[in-house]
Amino acid sequence: MKTFAYAWRYLWARPMGALLNVLLLTLGLGSITFLLLVSHHVERAFDRDLAGIDVVVGAKGSPMQLILAGVLHLDVPPGNVNFAAVQALRKNPLVAEVIPISLGDSFQSYRIVGTTQAYVAHYQAPVVQGRLWDAPMQVVLGATVARKLGMAVGQSFAGSHGLGGGGHSHGDHTYTVVGILGATGSVLDRLILTDSASVWRVHEPAPMDRGEGKDAHEADHEDHDDGHADESIPDDKREVTMALVRYTTPMAAVSFPRWVNTNTDMQAAAPALEVTRLLHMLGLGTDVLRAFAGMLLLTAGLSVFIALWSAVRERRGDLALLRMLGAPASRIAALLLTEALWLALLSSACGLALGQLFVQGLGAMLGLESALLAAGMLWPSTLLLVPALAVLVSLGAALLPAWDAYRSEVLQLLQ
Amino acid sequence: MLQTQELRYAYPGGGELAFPDVALAQGGVLLLSGPSGSGKSTWLALVAALVAPRAGRLTVAGQDVAALRGRAADAWRARSIGFLPQKLHLSAALTVRDNLALAYWAAGLPENGERITQVLEALGVQALAGRVPSQLSGGQAQRVALARAVLMAPALILADEPTASLDDAAAADAIGLLLQAAKAQQASLVIATHDARVAQALAALGVSAPVQLTLPAGAAHTDGVNA
Repeated sequence: MKTFAYAWRYLWARPMGALLNVLLLTLGLGSITFLLLVSHHVERAFDRDLAGIDVVVGAKGSPMQLILAGVLHLDVPPGNVNFAAVQALRKNPLVAEVIPISLGDSFQSYRIVGTTQAYVAHYQAPVVQGRLWDAPMQVVLGATVARKLGMAVGQSFAGSHGLGGGGHSHGDHTYTVVGILGATGSVLDRLILTDSASVWRVHEPAPMDRGEGKDAHEADHEDHDDGHADESIPDDKREVTMALVRYTTPMAAVSFPRWVNTNTDMQAAAPALEVTRLLHMLGLGTDVLRAFAGMLLLTAGLSVFIALWSAVRERRGDLALLRMLGAPASRIAALLLTEALWLALLSSACGLALGQLFVQGLGAMLGLESALLAAGMLWPSTLLLVPALAVLVSLGAALLPAWDAYRSEVLQLLQ
Repeated sequence: MLQTQELRYAYPGGGELAFPDVALAQGGVLLLSGPSGSGKSTWLALVAALVAPRAGRLTVAGQDVAALRGRAADAWRARSIGFLPQKLHLSAALTVRDNLALAYWAAGLPENGERITQVLEALGVQALAGRVPSQLSGGQAQRVALARAVLMAPALILADEPTASLDDAAAADAIGLLLQAAKAQQASLVIATHDARVAQALAALGVSAPVQLTLPAGAAHTDGVNA
């Protein structure tokens, strides 16, 4: 273990050189850490949000758009589908569960999602304050929404049209917060959930509710209220944006999507398939970044090589003297390799820290902390690649100098 | 304690060198001289078991050095040979004390702190133990290098041009110190030199008839191991 101590001392005998090498290696390893972490975060987010959803049925169009809009809540949906047609899916023996999703409005750019309580149950989200909705125009806030907006049970707000925020306000329809969900780490955290009927009520041409219009806005429009929502428009005219479907058997994946695509006006998109496609496309982008990080690492490796090489040249006499003192050539080579190992160790630690910092910074900057990048630090096992690469590069760079020290002519150098 | 018979060395690149026979008694002093290229370094390398002879006998302190190879040669060298190089090669990264401790690491032996202190005291440099080489004067550095050479209580001390680049007074001091250190360890001494002052200094210190090994000029060499 003395070897480690001496290697450490020799390394820091040239502090500027050592620092430069640690820095260069750190940049390369930090970039690789960043890439590994981002892909892990994204894949984890997908896994979590897609769990248990076998297929999504919605309007014809891009299947990927359907998944992005309805499951991950990142994109706008392709269109609406008939509610009765969605309900009819329940009769299919291959279908275990159908969760309708209605999109259209948002509040402070958080989406208001009309659905059923099954949606909350699906992500196993606990209610930490209040209760779930039991009537239209009652909402339950996801954990992130409640925290960011600082809203509590009992407060009211009016949604605005569109999913991005900035649409016209539905000032005449106010939602009341009745519950707040605990954090699940899933997409639910950044959604505002309500009953499907709420979305119908806000968007259908005639505002119809008379029984619950307690506030001034509702009262102003009372002259328009000429019937109850559920009676004014029959179910077969109502629309939802899509439905999340769980199968009774995995075998359904073979026949159910084809059945939907040919026998209905809707399309069925399998999240697993679409996300694989998406990750593949992202993969092309990360390949470029990966190559870039590889170049950085290669540069760092070259620098370590040059540093060790010149260190060996400078210290040839000292190293030869160690031979004279009885050190086997292998012990001298080991000393140099250990110096490289120290570099690898230091820069791995710094690189991992830098990568984590980048990811956290990116998350904070883009406000993605609960969308694609998880809020906390993750340490996936793929990060083991970082120290492995560091050791590989450093030892690789040290190999030739070590060999040079190994076979050097001792007395010639001591002249 | 040191004997050679018909010692021959073959350079890896071709060419051969034959050395005159020599015998040195226990505690004796040998002066190795010869012009550049006569093979002084090669002879030292042979005696230190750094290279193996092509033919002939070489015995140091009862050990058949010619037969030593690899790790066995390294281990034997660590125990039996003290080396004082022309350039001292003290590690700049380490303190005086750690430069000596490094010898134990090199030899693969457990560090003996008491012995280090003892040797530093004997050479009057114990007070400098915490300094790094750049903080030492030339004379101090030479004492530290000598301390390192005698640390393992070797049977034979090899000194390579110990007076080069020293003025007359310092050269005499250096030889005196070397002789004294060798005596204290009951070690034999080989001084490779072309400096006439060494013989004078030895004579002044009572070593009037050191064993002389003078290598003939241009004996033979073809590659880099020359001096």
